[in-house]
Amino acid sequence: MSIFALILLFAGLGILLGYAAIRFKVEGDPIVDQIDAVLPQTQCGQCNFPGCRPYAQAIANGEADINQCPPGGEAGIAALADLLGVEAKPLNEENGVEEATLVAVIDEEVCIGCKLCIQACPVDAILGAPKHMHTVIESECTGCDLCLPPCPVECITMEPIAKTLGLWQWDKPDVPQQRKAS
Amino acid sequence: MRLWRFNGGLPSLAEHKNESVHLPIEIAPVPAQLIYPLRQHIGNAATPLVEVGDKVLRGQKIADAQGLISAPIHAGSSGTVTSLADHLIPHPSGFSAPSITIETDGLDNEASHTPCADFRQLSVSELVSIIREAGIVGLGGAAFPTAIKLDNQSKSRHIDTLILNGAECEPYISCDDRLLKERADRVLDGIEVLLHMLGAKRAILAIEDNVPDTFASIQAAVNKNGNANITGVQIPTIYPTGGEKQLIKTLTGKEVPSGGIPADIGIVSINVGTVYAVQQAVIEGKPLTSRIVTVTGEGVKTPRNLEVRIGTPINTLVDMCDGYTPFADRLIMGGPMMGFALLNDEIPMVKATNCILVASKHEAITEKQAMPCIRCGLCASACPATLLPQQLYWFSKSDQLEKAEKLNLFDCIECGCCDVVCPSHIPLVQHFRYAKSALKVQNHEKHLSDVARERFEAREVRIARNKAERAERSRKKKAALKSKPAKEEIEAAITRSKERKQRSTEGEN
Amino acid sequence: MHFLTSNAPFIAPQNSIQKMMLWVLLALFPGIITMIWQFGFGVLFNIVICVSTAVLAEALMLYLRGRPILPFVSDLSAVVTGLLLALALPTLAPWWIPFIGAIIAIVIAKHLYGGLGYNPFNPAMIAFAVLMVSFPKSMTVWTLPYSLLPSGAHLSDTFSFVFGSPPAKEVIDAMTAATPLDEMKTQLGLSQTVSEIRSASIFGSLSGTGWQWVSIAYLVGGLLLLFKKVISWHIPVGVLAGLFVMSLAFYLFEPGVSPSPTFHLLSGGAMLGAFFIATDPVTAATTLKGRFIYGVLIGALTYIIRTWGGYPEGIAFAVILINMAVPLIDHYTQPRVYGHK
Repeated sequence: MSIFALILLFAGLGILLGYAAIRFKVEGDPIVDQIDAVLPQTQCGQCNFPGCRPYAQAIANGEADINQCPPGGEAGIAALADLLGVEAKPLNEENGVEEATLVAVIDEEVCIGCKLCIQACPVDAILGAPKHMHTVIESECTGCDLCLPPCPVECITMEPIAKTLGLWQWDKPDVPQQRKAS
Repeated sequence: MRLWRFNGGLPSLAEHKNESVHLPIEIAPVPAQLIYPLRQHIGNAATPLVEVGDKVLRGQKIADAQGLISAPIHAGSSGTVTSLADHLIPHPSGFSAPSITIETDGLDNEASHTPCADFRQLSVSELVSIIREAGIVGLGGAAFPTAIKLDNQSKSRHIDTLILNGAECEPYISCDDRLLKERADRVLDGIEVLLHMLGAKRAILAIEDNVPDTFASIQAAVNKNGNANITGVQIPTIYPTGGEKQLIKTLTGKEVPSGGIPADIGIVSINVGTVYAVQQAVIEGKPLTSRIVTVTGEGVKTPRNLEVRIGTPINTLVDMCDGYTPFADRLIMGGPMMGFALLNDEIPMVKATNCILVASKHEAITEKQAMPCIRCGLCASACPATLLPQQLYWFSKSDQLEKAEKLNLFDCIECGCCDVVCPSHIPLVQHFRYAKSALKVQNHEKHLSDVARERFEAREVRIARNKAERAERSRKKKAALKSKPAKEEIEAAITRSKERKQRSTEGEN
Repeated sequence: MHFLTSNAPFIAPQNSIQKMMLWVLLALFPGIITMIWQFGFGVLFNIVICVSTAVLAEALMLYLRGRPILPFVSDLSAVVTGLLLALALPTLAPWWIPFIGAIIAIVIAKHLYGGLGYNPFNPAMIAFAVLMVSFPKSMTVWTLPYSLLPSGAHLSDTFSFVFGSPPAKEVIDAMTAATPLDEMKTQLGLSQTVSEIRSASIFGSLSGTGWQWVSIAYLVGGLLLLFKKVISWHIPVGVLAGLFVMSLAFYLFEPGVSPSPTFHLLSGGAMLGAFFIATDPVTAATTLKGRFIYGVLIGALTYIIRTWGGYPEGIAFAVILINMAVPLIDHYTQPRVYGHK
């Protein structure tokens, strides 16, 4: 009798779980989207994957570590660690070092219009036609550096982003009475 | 008239009006140099209309509004444009920004202007354009282009109340008070213009009850004017009752919806200094080139109110008040609650500058020694926006900015009440300013990364499509090859090539 | 000319933790004086031991935690904690009771939770509860109020009682008694009626002999804090209202076995708790509505513990339990922000 009751109970629970699996099915792979949302979308490939999305996929599959994204830096690693519930760790130096975001600027005098940089740009932020000088759309440039190596005349430089009043940030006050540096 | 009460505030804040309020407004002489930052208002920077070397006259437009939310700039005196370059601007960042510098010639020649005999003959849109062309922005400190507030035609809204803000709640500042004491009649004329433009039923001119003599002069002007729709009202002196939202609550009991504007509840609120500028522009035909500024604090020899040309460098202003005293320690633009400290005194005063406070050491504190929050809740009791500053602080200091935003961080008006009452001396408002600006930057970066993601994905799709198309083409070719015997095809190709050769040799011959 | 910059507001703060704590200390004075008058010098010993231990423990913990010592010790929060604990302890406790209590309060209940501003539970009440559970016998030895003492309070007797050799048993019995709340609970358990119980000499016209004046003295001090706006009315009124409503309901329902509201309000730690303990800002609710609810819950729970619990007095346990509910109370009592529906 008790065996019968147990079977009934388990069957009931099984149906419930099965129903829940269908009813609350999550579309897509949310963890990849969540990881992708945390990544800086520089698409620079410094993580050894061809873009942020592939890196997110690799992290989700357990094929890559969370400390391979130099543009995201320590803050990005902390956010990933938080998201995935793992320990944060320092940035892997093999992937690069954390630097301020720059934008590519093409010296239009020198540019020969070879189109190589256009093909290299992961976010289509370079405009230009063959044999005509090219230019970078500053607001779309992620500062990934990928256009630098292909340029045969080395006319592309990385320059700091001009500070604007609109994006000026107030200082954060010191948090009171932290442990004094010993 | 029934009055309401907003939450908290500081009823017993030391006023410090006596220092500057007793001397009459003095009209300042022409300074040697006038500096005009192109962005003195909320919105787009103005576009210069002059070149280096150009001669300009007083009242001549030297920069034009760019886009709807913007304002033109007019020269304050005659002289020569000497530079169009970056100059330090009055901003807490200490940044420089594009500015026009004029070397004055001392002649103070004026461009012609036409007074208006009867503004009622003009249409509302003509009046709006006069006010816009005069470069008038909110002179209470916000510097929002006034014409937009008054442009009632283009929007489907109904304004029933016009509020004239004469409640100068910040300590030390007395420029609006002096204006109302001396020129109440002209302010009243300005109110008539605004009532005519807005079609509002009533106008309420509100001042704090700590200046009864000013109220008497307002009452006299109201009686003389005779328009029954205009009322002068005294409201309790509670900082920050001069804040737009707090004043609206005090006078009408209504609250401006979060993220909205007063017009959403049928109210337009305008500072009395701005009303005076409107009167000058509409009735006298003069653009905004000067304003009244309080120069005060223990750091200046003769604290007083000056009517100064906009663009005058601060050191010239201080000279007009007999210079610095040895106690001058901090240079603050605006009041001690919401103003900001300036790095040096070569910075010009702009349209929004209502006060220059040269504070001594004990008038302006330096870094506070902050202790941990003890959750006493005094900040919440003092907050005129009914926020919970201690919780906002908690999230701001730990950079959980989205949580702070959810707790309505952006409803904070940065009045500083919580700072002053905090027993732990935590710089709360600075935390909130930081959190707000960091959120703005964060949202901007989020936007950039979203754009980059979108473009990256679009590119991936395009590359994949191209590849697929190429593969499809080569597959078709191969299929075509297969369908015909290969030999035949090759022979056909050889024949074609021969023919071509023949044709070309024929052509040559 | 160049100037230094800093950020608004530039006006000096009007308040400080030290100032608030000083007012609390000042407001406790009427209560302290009355307690010494009614219960003798044991109170003074408790205060000296508790406060000095608390301050030393505070300094030691700050040192160990690498925090600046002077600004934190001079905020006087440790003094207030020590003093509140001292006033809650029985008047003839051996010296190690206040000593251990102060250490528990400062080291465990305050600093191990992160120090000033971070402790979720009221340190003095945690210490009191730990002592109550660990040393129940020593925690119930109260002197008789001085009017009932056979020969008045002797400093030397009290001294020998606190430091080492207790006097002869007869002397102890002559000097000590159960508190009115304790006596009430015990006798009610023996099926006596309230009016029979209250005819005993340790009960006065309002509550307990001596105790009623102590409670009134705390009430006076509490009103001073309210008047000086160091505390808001919400918590004390909430606590007293909670206790009053509960006791009134049962007093009207079953007067024979339920002491009057006056007895409850003026007995034990009700006044001290309502004005000085529950109002500890760190562990109380922060919203105004939340504070009132917090107070009412403490008052009601105090009545429940006094009436049906294992201990005669319930303030300490009620405060600690409701401390736990503070995040929840705060979450559900957020005020409506200006311009929001």
